[in-house]
Amino acid sequence: MTTTPMPPTEAALQASFDATIAHHDRIEPRDWMPEGYRKTLIRQIAQHAHSEIIGMQPEGNWISRAPSLRRKAILLAKVQDEAGHGLYLYSACETLGVSRAELVELLLAGKQKYSSIFNYPTLSYADVGTIGWLVDGAAICNQVPLCRTSYGPYGRAMIRICKEESFHQRQGYELLMTMMRGTDEQRAMVQESVDRFWWPSLMMFGPPDDASPNSEQSMAWGVKRNSNDELRQKFVDMTVPQAEALGVTLPDPDLRWNAERGHHDFGEPDWAELTAVIRGNGPCNAQRMAHRRAAHENGAWVREAATAFAARTAQEAQR
Amino acid sequence: MTGDRRDWPLYEVFLRGKRGLNHVHVGSLHAPDDAFALSHARDVYTRRNEGVSIWVVRADAITASSPDEKDPLFAPSGDKVYRHPTFYEIPADVPHM
Repeated sequence: MTTTPMPPTEAALQASFDATIAHHDRIEPRDWMPEGYRKTLIRQIAQHAHSEIIGMQPEGNWISRAPSLRRKAILLAKVQDEAGHGLYLYSACETLGVSRAELVELLLAGKQKYSSIFNYPTLSYADVGTIGWLVDGAAICNQVPLCRTSYGPYGRAMIRICKEESFHQRQGYELLMTMMRGTDEQRAMVQESVDRFWWPSLMMFGPPDDASPNSEQSMAWGVKRNSNDELRQKFVDMTVPQAEALGVTLPDPDLRWNAERGHHDFGEPDWAELTAVIRGNGPCNAQRMAHRRAAHENGAWVREAATAFAARTAQEAQR
Repeated sequence: MTGDRRDWPLYEVFLRGKRGLNHVHVGSLHAPDDAFALSHARDVYTRRNEGVSIWVVRADAITASSPDEKDPLFAPSGDKVYRHPTFYEIPADVPHM
């Protein structure tokens, strides 16, 4: 004999959710969660997944022109990782009740975003190194705290991703070190590349805290663990000694150590530029989206062939 | 049936990290059939020697306990503290206990 228990009220469900968050425990896919929490996560994880997939393009641009077989193998492995990271994140997002096909459609329709950094061009092979060092370095700063995010599947995906990002950052830094040991021309290429990527890298942490409307709620839900400005400061403090060791100058005249604060002071990024890039007016937005759409359309026959092959194999197995 | 991925079933992926360990759930993916699921799992989840064996299983073949019933389901073991070794008081000077 079983008795049918009364379904719990919304207030009771909310209380149980709040208690889980207060204990720094994880929310899992089949748990009740507020609609706003689900929507925030879908938006954030999807944006993150799309960034990994679009992020294959700036560096993929150089695979066929790598300076040696060693560099080519490294770059291929790195770009393949980005695809893998995108897939981990799409899987995590799907546990919230959306399908990957829907997410891909939203990206292609321009209704979901990806990180602004990938709308900048890669003009020389030094950019492969700079992206590894600065862009992946900034991504690591952002992502390490997300390993402890309150939504279980997202945190687990981030743990896998962070392990692999460390390779990305180190290969980039090593590439730049190699170039800095080369000719004056090579050193100039590195400096020119760092000059272009420094400010966009700082913008990767998002707008300043007082202009980031969703941050407070995300922090309360344990989705975000640190504010944009905290992470940006951490990244600057981490990067300055690395730049010194490399022998490059970070292009910010206001950058200096502040002994009182125990942190580096630094200049204000051009927030109008970030807004413009997010709105679609960065140097490569149109190109990135066009390439993504073409790749999706040109891959249709592969998906169709795989489906047809699976259907035929199943049919033959029945005979 | 079209070639849209929307039609591809969801698979859950389990990896054995090395001999002597259990298979552990690592994530999920979509694939048109079991064989593709296995090869996709190889590409997505084992790029760095993470596994020596892969299981893939269609997500719709898994029966799971409901999170709503977790209290009644697990309550019977909650009050049986005598099932744990720490329930029993043994003098500290008794060896190998």
